[in-house]
Amino acid sequence: MIERDLVIVGAGPGGMGAAISAHENGVKDIFLLERDQYLGGILNQCIHTGFGIDYFKEVLTGPEYADRFIKKINAIPEIEISARSFVTHLTKDKVLTYFKPGKIETVKAKCLIMATGCREKTREMTHIAGTRPSGIFSAGLAQKLINIEGLLPGNEVVIVGSGDIGLIMARRFTLEGAKVKAVIEIQDKTRGLLRNVVQCVTDFDIPLYFNHKILKIFGKDRVTGVSVAKVDSCMREVAGTEFKIDCDTVLISVGLIPENELIEMAGVRIDKKTNCPVSDETNKTSIPGLFVCGNAFKVYDLADSVSKDSELAGKLAAEYLRSAG
Amino acid sequence: MKKNLICIECPKGCALDVDIENCRVVKVTGNQCPKGETYAISEIEDPRRILTATILTKGFPLKLLPVRTDRPIPKARISDAMKAIRKIRAISRVKTGDIIAKDLLGLGANLIATREL
Repeated sequence: MIERDLVIVGAGPGGMGAAISAHENGVKDIFLLERDQYLGGILNQCIHTGFGIDYFKEVLTGPEYADRFIKKINAIPEIEISARSFVTHLTKDKVLTYFKPGKIETVKAKCLIMATGCREKTREMTHIAGTRPSGIFSAGLAQKLINIEGLLPGNEVVIVGSGDIGLIMARRFTLEGAKVKAVIEIQDKTRGLLRNVVQCVTDFDIPLYFNHKILKIFGKDRVTGVSVAKVDSCMREVAGTEFKIDCDTVLISVGLIPENELIEMAGVRIDKKTNCPVSDETNKTSIPGLFVCGNAFKVYDLADSVSKDSELAGKLAAEYLRSAG
Repeated sequence: MKKNLICIECPKGCALDVDIENCRVVKVTGNQCPKGETYAISEIEDPRRILTATILTKGFPLKLLPVRTDRPIPKARISDAMKAIRKIRAISRVKTGDIIAKDLLGLGANLIATREL
């Protein structure tokens, strides 16, 4: 079996930042696994601005932010990239199994950094009643369909939850000619950044309902509408406040969960409530030499913060390799 | 006249109190940095936004090229700009930052690529 000094899983902002930092801290053999054919991860579908203000002191879009790191990585010969490589198995001894087109490979890592990011909470996790027609998407999936695939997944949209991706998609759908009929938020304030409420919702006169919840989704083959009601301070439905909104699409934007099934498989202690690794220090896990960085470690609001903590992961990996000899 | 704005220049989202006389901003408070004042003046007197979108490509594995205006354009012209952007195709290789359309609709901003093709 091939052994590598440092294996990094995921080439989004977390994995790329960690790879560059590990190299800067003296690691000479870095193997970067990425499931997509391009580097950059979710940054590639985040075509809006708002990246880099903290890290580069410039206003950048997601792809531009990614490009800065991709250029650096491509200039470092000690970083070997394996694209279209999907890791399916991980052991406590840091042996990884991954699929590449036409092959299954294994690699043993002396040191491992997992930068697998996070995924979106689903409709099932928010307990919305009703039928199961087509037309229900997580906000990030809709973002990928519009910004990467060039498909508009609906014409009349209701967004459940006011997370940043949902707010950003409210603007994106509107610019692409769809009608966003409402953003429904159960809490009394946005879950996203205020700037996104202003520039994505207020700018386009999209109704934003706080203290409201979605009760039910209607439709047989395709979504035909949703029912909405006001909630009290205990988030219980207020009788007599129910109303219906006709729509063909429902976006779910109710939060993110770190994607940590692989480290769990390897026996890393996971907090079941947050799906984050149990840890007393940033990026460390219960297995020595197995680090987690970026949104897989904890969900950050900003890519800039991911980059900062990934630098630390690269440094920790270099220290671990030095001490392990 | 007084108006409350949320500054959109950075993720902090400062709550701004803006004093306006004859459609001109005379005083801004609540900002934690100079960008807040610049934003408030622009937002009241000439509101602008950077526009981000995608254009279709022809002959590339990547179906869409993400683009943006290299400076903010008037908010009122965003819908016109989207119509113009929708007609543009990316047919040759570009680098991040390359100009796709010079002085889009005469608005004083170039449309630039935000990804390599």
